Amino acid sequence: MRRLTTLRVLAAGLLAAGLAGWPAFADEPKRGGILNLAISAETATYDGIASDTFATMHFAAPFYSELLKFDLASYPKLKGDLAESWSVASDLKSYTFKLKPNVTFHDGSPLTSADVKASYDRMRKPSPGVVSVRQATFEDIGTIETPDPLTVVFRMADVNPGMLEHFASPWNFIYSAAKLAQDPKFPEQNILGSGPFRFVEHVRGSHVQGVRNDKYFQAGKPYLDGFRGVFMLQPAAMLNAMQGGQVLGEFRGISPAERDRLKQAMGDKIRTEESSWTLNLLVSFNTQKKPFDDVRVRRALSMAIDRWGGSQGLARTSTLNGVGGLMRPGSTYATPEAELVKLPGFSKDIGASRAEAKKLLAEAGVPNLSFKLLNRSIAQPYTPAGVFLVDQWRQIGVTVENLQQETSPYFAALSSGNYDVAVDFSNLFMDEPTLGLSKYVSFDRAPENRSRVIDRDIDSLFDKQRHSVDTKVRGDLIRQMEKRTLEQSYSVPLLWWHRIVATNAKLMGWQMSASHLLGQDLADVWLAE
Amino acid sequence: MLRYTANRLLLMVPTLIGVAVLVFFMLRIIPGDVVEVKLRADGGNVSQQTIEVERKRLGLDRPMAVQFADWMVGLATLDLGTSMWTTRPVREEIAIRLELSIEVAIMATFFAVLIAVPLGMTAALMRDTWIDYVVRLVTIGGLAVPSFWLGMMIMIGLLTFFNWLPPITFTPIYVDLKENLTQLVWPAMAVGYRYSAVVARMIRSSLLEVLGEDYIRTARAKGVYEKLVIGRHALRNALLPAITVIGLEFAFLIGGLVVTEQVFNLNGLGKLFVQSVSRSDFTLVQGLVMLIALFYVSVNLVVDLLYAVFDPRVRYR
Repeated sequence: MRRLTTLRVLAAGLLAAGLAGWPAFADEPKRGGILNLAISAETATYDGIASDTFATMHFAAPFYSELLKFDLASYPKLKGDLAESWSVASDLKSYTFKLKPNVTFHDGSPLTSADVKASYDRMRKPSPGVVSVRQATFEDIGTIETPDPLTVVFRMADVNPGMLEHFASPWNFIYSAAKLAQDPKFPEQNILGSGPFRFVEHVRGSHVQGVRNDKYFQAGKPYLDGFRGVFMLQPAAMLNAMQGGQVLGEFRGISPAERDRLKQAMGDKIRTEESSWTLNLLVSFNTQKKPFDDVRVRRALSMAIDRWGGSQGLARTSTLNGVGGLMRPGSTYATPEAELVKLPGFSKDIGASRAEAKKLLAEAGVPNLSFKLLNRSIAQPYTPAGVFLVDQWRQIGVTVENLQQETSPYFAALSSGNYDVAVDFSNLFMDEPTLGLSKYVSFDRAPENRSRVIDRDIDSLFDKQRHSVDTKVRGDLIRQMEKRTLEQSYSVPLLWWHRIVATNAKLMGWQMSASHLLGQDLADVWLAE
Repeated sequence: MLRYTANRLLLMVPTLIGVAVLVFFMLRIIPGDVVEVKLRADGGNVSQQTIEVERKRLGLDRPMAVQFADWMVGLATLDLGTSMWTTRPVREEIAIRLELSIEVAIMATFFAVLIAVPLGMTAALMRDTWIDYVVRLVTIGGLAVPSFWLGMMIMIGLLTFFNWLPPITFTPIYVDLKENLTQLVWPAMAVGYRYSAVVARMIRSSLLEVLGEDYIRTARAKGVYEKLVIGRHALRNALLPAITVIGLEFAFLIGGLVVTEQVFNLNGLGKLFVQSVSRSDFTLVQGLVMLIALFYVSVNLVVDLLYAVFDPRVRYR
């Protein structure tokens, strides 16, 4: 009898355990398989410090490691990547990182604190000929010390409350100090990282391929045997390949119409995820050209844009959606709607705004203004944005030609200042104010400020917020800087982007976020079949 | 014939030198600095000093005469230089794409000739019958429908009816014949249709013209079999203008399939050409122009030699 009871209990226990464990078992990551993904642009450089485009990130991220990463499951919290632990001095004057032991580069050489120091030194003080677009980000670092092979200490020259988040920038690839010593430009055309995948080949114009790094420091990862990123510059070709199952995902983002097409064609075989996006589409007025040196003209043009009405219509046809100021709507330092509507260009009474805009243009002596709008010849969201702006300005009697150019000549025109008004963007990977606002400081400090203005009041507010550790004080300073920027209408937000990512239902473990630059190392990705 | 061939070969040299001179200087006139475009391509803040260092590294700070001499010496030794954008040898950049482009061109030509010769002949021999009208309709359709649109229709058709698409990356023919053909047969068909329409119409009109010649009437009056009249006397002469068209179309296909390549996601020379122009990558554009010029003069040479084979008057002139 006792034996029978024991068997029953055992059977019931096994059954209960089995039932309880079933969902977990179904979600258990599976090893193996090659992931084919689409990358909708091809990078010219492999070097993270020289680039700001997803084309480089989606290409190179699977090969590299960083000190810290954003934990996308609880964004914006951070997690260690190469760093096993870290500590921050209470006065924010130093950051100490303890590295994971026994980490190696893909050629078998050990990764130590010297490699971290060399990589960060290259970012903040690049050798002649090395392009670093991260120089300003790390200018507050005074010295980098390496007391032992597994410890790195960053001593700050100035306090920067956002510094820890900057250490988690997805661009901070750790390179081999030995290779950098031989050739500081080594990472531009060579890949030697310590990430989840080893580089196999880059067939130019076709694809990049990686295989599993069996010595990856995160035990059991990556799950995939390898990946192949196929360059698909034509959205139609990419959608066809998604529908045909030849690629299982494209991690930048697609338009609402493309989402609907895939959903209709594939049903439950496609998964779509949506999020607000840390990308702000801007309109920049070239203040070095007449009549855009006149604040009345700039403000009139900003006030003519019906952002609230436009967000309703453009959300259906483009990747534009959110109305917001300089910080992403919904983020910690974003301006609440009640305050936003008081700023020029953000009023919900578009009739009154446009009447005021016409009056300002007449006062400035340009009631029948006409100019060319420099725009980028990428369909989403630049084309609908350009068409929308032309229509908005037409309603106050302004004639505009939407001049769309290929990416390279577009940037060349932006850099040379050869434009009247430009469709511009602010591409961030997090909502940290110093990162988000740096684009709006004076042109002599931030050449990426396409209004090309020098405004020391804005610079002063930027610097004060940058070193302010009090959240409330910092918030007030940010609000003042935003007010000044929008009242002067140098570079004004049009709409914030909305991210839609479609992935095949077989693709598991990839995490959606507000930035297309985060979570691209594929370490957690696996295939269900 | 040997002298004729040698003459033709020698004529290629000044043509290519002329192209080399023109392309070098014309590219320098066009505004745009590859270094600035490249280093600021992502909107990054790059100092003037960094731009100057890169210009020096690429040899763009040297006098134009020195750069030109360098280019010509390189050409003579088959060294096309280094891409200013990717910093890889131009030869390597072209080689990656050349195999695919040549293969598509050959397959499209094969497809076009296979269709065009019987179609053109049938239309000419059955002039003003319903068959002729159908052929004319088909060929006008070929001229009117853009190849890239047909390509899109092919892709959508394959996807809708078979839930299948051709491979999206290139596999060389010597690695996997089936995979290679599976990918390239579709774009070859898409461009081959237009190509076949051009050739079929040319064959039809030139065959009609030849069939009205005195020597054809004489042959028929002498009682020569109709098959012999058509095959030996009429078609042989009617093919001459068609050969010219086939040759020119073939050379065009090597670098001209810009949009069709994108529809099928092909890594061909057309896409590379457009990219290198938009990036102001002078050395790569120069290399591509020279390659395509070489194809054009070579195809012309082959056409001239075929003329000599088909028409003895040419070689004895």
